[in-house]
Amino acid sequence: MTAYEKVMAARDANKLTSVDYISHMFGDSFIELHGDRRYADDKAVVAGLAMLFDTPVTVIGIEKGRNTKERVERNFGQAHPEGYRKALRLMKQAEKFRRPVLCLVDTSGAYPGIGAEERGQGQAIAENLMEMMTLKTPVLTVLIGEGGSGGALALAVSDEVWMLENSVYSVISPEGCASILWKDSSKAAEAAEALKLTAQDLFDLGVIERIIRQPKAGDQAMFESLKMLIKRTFEKNLALDDEELLNARYERFRKIGIPD
Amino acid sequence: MDLFAFRKPKNELESDEGESKNVPFVPEEMWIKCPKCNTMLLTTDMEENLHVCTKCNHHFRMNGRDRVEMLADKDTFIEFDADLVSHNILDFPGYDQKLEKARKTGAKESVICGECKMNGIDTVLCVMDPTFMMGSMGVVTGEKITRAFEYATENSMPIVVCTAAGGARMQEGILSLMQMAKTSGAVKRHSDAGNLYITVLTDPTTGGVTASFAMDGDIILAEPDCLVAFAGPRVIEQTIRQKLPKDFQTAEFVLQKGFIDSVVSRNNLKSTLVKLLKLHGYSGEEA
Repeated sequence: MTAYEKVMAARDANKLTSVDYISHMFGDSFIELHGDRRYADDKAVVAGLAMLFDTPVTVIGIEKGRNTKERVERNFGQAHPEGYRKALRLMKQAEKFRRPVLCLVDTSGAYPGIGAEERGQGQAIAENLMEMMTLKTPVLTVLIGEGGSGGALALAVSDEVWMLENSVYSVISPEGCASILWKDSSKAAEAAEALKLTAQDLFDLGVIERIIRQPKAGDQAMFESLKMLIKRTFEKNLALDDEELLNARYERFRKIGIPD
Repeated sequence: MDLFAFRKPKNELESDEGESKNVPFVPEEMWIKCPKCNTMLLTTDMEENLHVCTKCNHHFRMNGRDRVEMLADKDTFIEFDADLVSHNILDFPGYDQKLEKARKTGAKESVICGECKMNGIDTVLCVMDPTFMMGSMGVVTGEKITRAFEYATENSMPIVVCTAAGGARMQEGILSLMQMAKTSGAVKRHSDAGNLYITVLTDPTTGGVTASFAMDGDIILAEPDCLVAFAGPRVIEQTIRQKLPKDFQTAEFVLQKGFIDSVVSRNNLKSTLVKLLKLHGYSGEEA
């Protein structure tokens, strides 16, 4: 697949969304928790507690919705500041109980709208980046579709970041990039190539740790093996003391793009 | 100092042809029109007034060097990592040419970092330069800011960062996005060690810079009327298909919404910073 075909696959309306992953991996053990305790409950972010085998975990996912009605309700997976604040609230709660945090990311980006700006979209994301860096509990992020810029990074300052083979992660959409740089959004395919946004590109650049095979609905064996991988990673990081855990997380980002 | 190194060198009147037409010789650079009140200002007057309109207080954008000169005590600024410059790490089409063009402004990178004295107080100072690729944050920008915070942490020093950015530098792809996380980590360590961080938002502060270290200051100041946004106004208009209210996303707007501490005019900026530094127990010998 070309880079742009990967972008299209990552946006495919029929692919699995965060709630699908949650139900396949956690079934009935998942209990949803709502609200940022500041302003509202953002439905673009679905979050709660679940059992990963015998370990309680906090799960936070950006949800695009699976049909038109849901997509409207979920604001097409574009979170407002409330969504990021809800995520941070539950991460802090997870820290209190030293519960590992799993983030599932699938968003074209944080919502660019009047209310979002009025309520501090930039501030909300900035706070997440800063607080996640020193969250004293293991955090793992899996990109399951689109990873759109700061809106994705706000849930991805983690010990490890994994990507599904057909997911993408980029500083800007290829269309946006082409229209700003070349005044021509039809050059999106070229921009997608140039931006190096595929899972393989990001693995090669040292930005992610693992590429995951794309699971299909009902492929329970695949979800079980994904769960095992997550469990092992959490166990490895739960064994570290706080200082080791936070130093490793700091260094993970510190080393990215150190110029020659 | 060659203040106009970044301007187009000649206009028609300056050319030989112009002189032969027997028109009075008035270089374009002598005058500048204020975009807010339309007054024609003598460029030298405007510059002496810290690049602020003498009539309506409109704050023109200021390049990094001029701002460092304005904030640091004379001859006290010691620059860090001056030789760290951006490269086309992803082989992005057209980026080499963009960098070359940006360097013709006289700036080497979108941020200048160093330490200096402010009324005698030792301070780390980072100034983003809107004249260099609109201050966009690339790998080198992030690295320089991170190193400045790490230096301030090691030496228990306060840090002042003047932000200006169109956002992340897309020609460096995901690596530019990662600088948001990297800088945030360094800010957090500086903060957790009990050190003071003051942000000064200048025009324009947007995108990935707003969504990282710009909003992380213990105290956040902004220059009058500057743009402070996550998503830029054009992106929002395209999304919601409505015109935005006139003062939306200005410094005054974000002040009213509760996201910054104060709007400070440029002529009061240094004295305000010094006051805040003193209130946090920092002191120094005035030269």
